[in-house]
Amino acid sequence: MKRVTLALSLALAAGLTAQAAEAQTLKTVKDRGMVSCGVSQGLPGFSSPDDKGNWTGIDVDVCRAIAGAIFNDPTKVKFVPLSAKDRFTALQSGEIDVLSRNTTWTISRDTSLGANFTGVTYYDGQGFMVKKSLKVNSALELNSASVCVQTGTTTEQNLADYFKANNMKYEVIAFATNDETVKAYEAGRCDVFTTDQSGLYANRLKLASPNDHMVLPEIISKEPLGPMVRHGDDQWFDIVKWTLFAMLTAEELGVTSKNIDEKAKLENPELKRVLGSDGNFGEQLGLTKDWVVRIVKTVGNYGEVFDRNVGAGSPLAINRGVNNLWNKGGLQYAPPIR
Amino acid sequence: MSTEARKPPPQIALKIRRILGGKAGWNGVAVQFAFAAILGWIGYEIVSNARANLENQHIAAGFGFLRNNAGFDVNQTLISYTGSDTFLRVFVVGLLNTLVVSVVGIVFATVIGFIVALCRLSPNWLLSRVGEIYVEVIRNLPLLFQILFWYLAVLAALPNPRQSISLFGIAFISNRGLVIPSPIGQSGLAPFLAVLALGIVASLALRVYARRALFQRGQVIRIWPSVLALLFGLPLATMLVFGLPFTFELPQLRGFNFAGGSRIIPEFVALTVALATYTAAFIAEIVRAGILSVHKGQMEAGSSLGLSRGATLRLIVVPQAMRVIVPPLTNQYLNLTKNSSLAVAIGYPDLVSVFAGTSLSQTGQAIEIIAMTMGVYLLISLLTSAIMSVYGWRVSRSLGA
Repeated sequence: MKRVTLALSLALAAGLTAQAAEAQTLKTVKDRGMVSCGVSQGLPGFSSPDDKGNWTGIDVDVCRAIAGAIFNDPTKVKFVPLSAKDRFTALQSGEIDVLSRNTTWTISRDTSLGANFTGVTYYDGQGFMVKKSLKVNSALELNSASVCVQTGTTTEQNLADYFKANNMKYEVIAFATNDETVKAYEAGRCDVFTTDQSGLYANRLKLASPNDHMVLPEIISKEPLGPMVRHGDDQWFDIVKWTLFAMLTAEELGVTSKNIDEKAKLENPELKRVLGSDGNFGEQLGLTKDWVVRIVKTVGNYGEVFDRNVGAGSPLAINRGVNNLWNKGGLQYAPPIR
Repeated sequence: MSTEARKPPPQIALKIRRILGGKAGWNGVAVQFAFAAILGWIGYEIVSNARANLENQHIAAGFGFLRNNAGFDVNQTLISYTGSDTFLRVFVVGLLNTLVVSVVGIVFATVIGFIVALCRLSPNWLLSRVGEIYVEVIRNLPLLFQILFWYLAVLAALPNPRQSISLFGIAFISNRGLVIPSPIGQSGLAPFLAVLALGIVASLALRVYARRALFQRGQVIRIWPSVLALLFGLPLATMLVFGLPFTFELPQLRGFNFAGGSRIIPEFVALTVALATYTAAFIAEIVRAGILSVHKGQMEAGSSLGLSRGATLRLIVVPQAMRVIVPPLTNQYLNLTKNSSLAVAIGYPDLVSVFAGTSLSQTGQAIEIIAMTMGVYLLISLLTSAIMSVYGWRVSRSLGA
């Protein structure tokens, strides 16, 4: 781990000395022929490689959508697996173009890292998982428990805040990667495993007997997860931001990867604007007129992406809940494309 | 009438020329200055450029973050620490954790290393094979793998706290670590410690006196009964007068875990065992080489004087071998200290884990934090080297070399 951090830091120092803020990310990406995308080292539903090395997940699909919008080819993505503590350095040093790695949007990360969040791909919250045999039904019964957590996350700070606010003692054991954390929890080193609730469900699937473990009802924090890009390139910031908005807008308009060709033929003014037969929004972004069509054909709309990776169509089977569209009782809301 | 030779006039300019310029004379001096200037300029450019660019991209820079609240907890702290302490304190906590695992590891590695080396050199066939197998197996397996092995082996073998193994009802072993009673100082503590310190100093003085008597007058003084009395009898007597120096707080199972008592976490045990056994394999070979480098005649001379094998080794061979052993032994100590940064793999909160890991990603100030961490490792290593150099110098001096 240390070596990776060190290498990245040196790269960061070298990169910073070699060139000022390079504002040409889109050009660099086109020249390279690839979007370089920072993802996790394996979190089912968000970004994890299968046994053939193909990456899947919500965070992965965001990157595929960007590649789709630029190259009309979802395979033109280079995925860079990063640990929680190496991720920002990799973005700062220019090793990746976009960090799409279940990263919580906080003010300190938005303002002090030289990077910006482009939106929220998944509204999450931190929860706790315990063994059923402990007979614990609430996080408030966890006094004096040992807690396994991945280091370098907001989780670690929320944990400290929560136990302090509730006047409970605990012991924290922090590991560098998600897999090590889960392994230690399974080996019995700690009573509790804590991370974002979606991550708890995802990691529960990795355990030998998932049914012996339960997720406690408490959610102790707000964890809006979203992609990040470097400061200093507003065009690239817009592209990443509007890729997600395009996926949300498509869902709102009922456009899916299956019916998009029929929808494109309709004489609906809003559909014509969004799907590019009217106006030139795509070109203003530095993309093509049919950018939304490309994105939806590549990965589908937001609802499809959600269902396929974490929702009803996936082993995780997480409810849409707050991640539903704003007009269906959720928080997902895209500004209009007009 | 003075016949002293006149001192030659000071030739500072010549000296400078010789030191800096060597054979190239004044040209060499100019080249050296130009080279130093270029190096300085490059360094300045790197720093100022990085600073300007960090500012351009609005990446926080500088060491101000050290005063901010850390907001996360650490599970082994040698000084008091809570989540509301500063990053500077996290740095100290991590540093102490690194130092404690290094020091304990070095002590055990040295002891195990010497024992294994003596095993390998032993005329006993079985012992020497055991030593050889130990060295070949341990030094040929990657260290990270060994750390994980010890950690997972230790964890898997131990029960959870509710079924912990009780040692006479006062200490408990579980997968949360070893819980032992912790001493709580009482009124008798101060006189007890004072008398103990006095006993140790007096014993050392006695030893020096006895050695001097042996070397200068050939007089053998038996000191162990007096040492025993000084180290144990005197403190015991103080206890009778002033009362118990401390009482013990017994650990009790409460809820998920033990309350009270002190705890040694399994991460520390696994890391120490792995580092000590791994480094010991290398130390064993160094010690063996050192001992073999002492001429066989020395051993024979020892036995012809009627000394036992052990006494010959201790009094004649090892002191001469130390001269060869110390420099490579220093390397191993440095390696052990640096290897302790692998702690992050098993969640032991060392400097790299809590400072270059957690603190780095909480603050995002990679350059400052990595620089500080590298500086600390450099400092620890230089200090270790310095101590070992002094020791090596003393060994050489006492051998009259």
